[in-house]
Amino acid sequence: MASRSDFGRRVELALGSTAKRANIARAMYGLQHKRLAAFPDRAALESLRDAGEAIKRRALARLPELLEQLEASCRRNGIEVHWAETVEDANRIVLTILRGQGARSLIKGKSMVSEEMELNRALEHEGIEALESDLGEFIIQLAGEGPSHIIAPAVHKSRHEVSALFGRMFPDLPRREDIEGLCATAREILRRKFFAADAGLSGANFLVAETGTIVLVENEGNGRLCTTAPGVHIAVTGIEKLVERMADIPPLLKLLTRSATGQPITTYVNFISGPRKTAEKDGPREVHLVLLDNGRSRMYEDPELRDSLRCIRCGACMNHCPVYVRLGGHAYGTVYPGPIGTVLEPQRTGLDRLGELTEASTLCGACGEVCPVRIPLPKLINRLRFDAVRTDGGPTSGSGRRRTGREALIWQVWARVHRSPRVYRLWLALATRLRRLAPRRIAGWSDARELPRPAARSLHALARERGFCDE
Amino acid sequence: MSAPTLPTRPQAVLYFGTCLVDLLFPEAGLAGMELIRRAGVRVIYPADQSCCGQPAYNSGYRDEARAVAARQLAALDGDLPVVVPSGSCAGMLRHHYPELFAGYPLEAEALALSRRVFELTEFLVDVLALRPEDLGPPLKVAVHTSCSTHRELGAADRIGQLLDGLPAIEIVQPRHSAECCGFGGTFAVKQPAISAAMVADKCDALLESGADVVVSQDCGCLMNIGGALARRGAGPRCLHIAEFLLERTGGQPL
Repeated sequence: MASRSDFGRRVELALGSTAKRANIARAMYGLQHKRLAAFPDRAALESLRDAGEAIKRRALARLPELLEQLEASCRRNGIEVHWAETVEDANRIVLTILRGQGARSLIKGKSMVSEEMELNRALEHEGIEALESDLGEFIIQLAGEGPSHIIAPAVHKSRHEVSALFGRMFPDLPRREDIEGLCATAREILRRKFFAADAGLSGANFLVAETGTIVLVENEGNGRLCTTAPGVHIAVTGIEKLVERMADIPPLLKLLTRSATGQPITTYVNFISGPRKTAEKDGPREVHLVLLDNGRSRMYEDPELRDSLRCIRCGACMNHCPVYVRLGGHAYGTVYPGPIGTVLEPQRTGLDRLGELTEASTLCGACGEVCPVRIPLPKLINRLRFDAVRTDGGPTSGSGRRRTGREALIWQVWARVHRSPRVYRLWLALATRLRRLAPRRIAGWSDARELPRPAARSLHALARERGFCDE
Repeated sequence: MSAPTLPTRPQAVLYFGTCLVDLLFPEAGLAGMELIRRAGVRVIYPADQSCCGQPAYNSGYRDEARAVAARQLAALDGDLPVVVPSGSCAGMLRHHYPELFAGYPLEAEALALSRRVFELTEFLVDVLALRPEDLGPPLKVAVHTSCSTHRELGAADRIGQLLDGLPAIEIVQPRHSAECCGFGGTFAVKQPAISAAMVADKCDALLESGADVVVSQDCGCLMNIGGALARRGAGPRCLHIAEFLLERTGGQPL
């Protein structure tokens, strides 16, 4: 076999980490169960999914004009809108805002777009401290890791590991092993930071074009603190988070929280509509919205790949993916793991570099079945496999770059055999007669399984013999 | 798109055996034909059939898939229902042929074919209303519903309806039974480590369930699960649902 790829090495590492695998599998089966319980009425779920899909489709169909409308509505509300084509642009914008405030520290709510930007690293490079305040993000920041799941970033860690980590990082605090105690420890550390931070940063779950509202769901209250306690609030998000109007939000919220964690609603739902007004006693003085493209416009241009942009980042596809359940997010080596990552990341980074991810799917359809906005994930994975080996130049970056002469030859020979009934029957006759010579092992397959021998008689031969044939 | 509905029971059907069954599991294919024939419907096995084209289609080689698929359109031409003893290949014919031929010369033919394709258990239940009479000994049976039959065809319940008619068997439910077994066609060869981890969990669950037999609509899953159980040297027999039904209802040995 060819030399092992980076992905192959990470897969090996992930599959060999027994404790981590158990943590992830337990959590994922738990989330599957919670989602199922949150949607007791199958018909109601399907009509809600129809509604969710329609809302996002409608918004995407008018994306360019809605983005302009959003900008105008935000400005009216006193939110300053910034456009970032690349992650470098986005980091520069955030940095400029922070420098303008003389800020030395930033407290962050959970934001996957900031992971896309690798914002923490960019800020630390400039001497600004970025502190994660979402418990899961706080844990992995301490551990020096990236998120392994988009809504549960530290899901791969057990409470004992977290306890040991806290013990190492905060030796002066009392050691706790229970979840409540660990939360209390984190809260004590973070509380002080919220009030000391010069600026707060958050993501956004939805943006409402009509009203210029940033909608942010969260369970810990850290999102509300990040967006209200410091003097400046910066929201970073992708351009696809847009919806037309406020009436679109309730169905999407219902879908998002139930699909993600099985909750009917999150503990906090924040509707952010601008900075502190003159008579108000609290809230940030400034609110900035940074809208990141980072490859999204390119996805938008292709009518099929555009469906990728409907994603509301609930994580249900990874919770239900049998590959993700066994690997966890780190093995993917990308910001977004699981089925949606398999669709987004090769488009963002190029099929030449990340095309192998599209092979890490059985196309079992579990992801598409649970997607709250009906993104046809298996179909998109299949489409990217096509782009990866097509010869006519596709729209996706790195199109055709995974085509190898050897594999192309295999499929050409395969097609030659199967498109000619005469040649195919000859192949059957040979394979059945020479069955004793058939290989007993196939690389990969035989690592875990026996290989069946060709039958003594093919179905073609048996059907003719039993009078089923049309000849 | 769910299974087609037919106004009356057809006089005859075309049977699409699939390449995997043709070469490796012909007795499963033959059992399906026998069940239909015993119900009084003529079964025609078009000699010019080979493979639905799915292996190439799922590997991104669409031109090669289309060339092979075009040949199946010719072999399965006409108005007769097409019965397929595999959810995966039936899903290819029903759902992916229209996509594969969209904007190509045979688009109309592909669409017409897609509307008369039945997965075998769909046909046995929906069209033939088969009520098998159980002649076999008591047995614990686990169902492995193939992902295509479950999610692509929405026909996972048919196999249970067939088994419900067999009073001597007890159906056992292995944990995470709706989860993929890790076959995925070329996936098993391209990502062997992940596939092996998946099928290992599937085997553990089946062994734990105490099943004597595992039945499925798809020989691909059975080849994977059966191959992994054989490597362990333990576990339930793996049988295609058609073979199992024929065996339970006193069909002639094939």
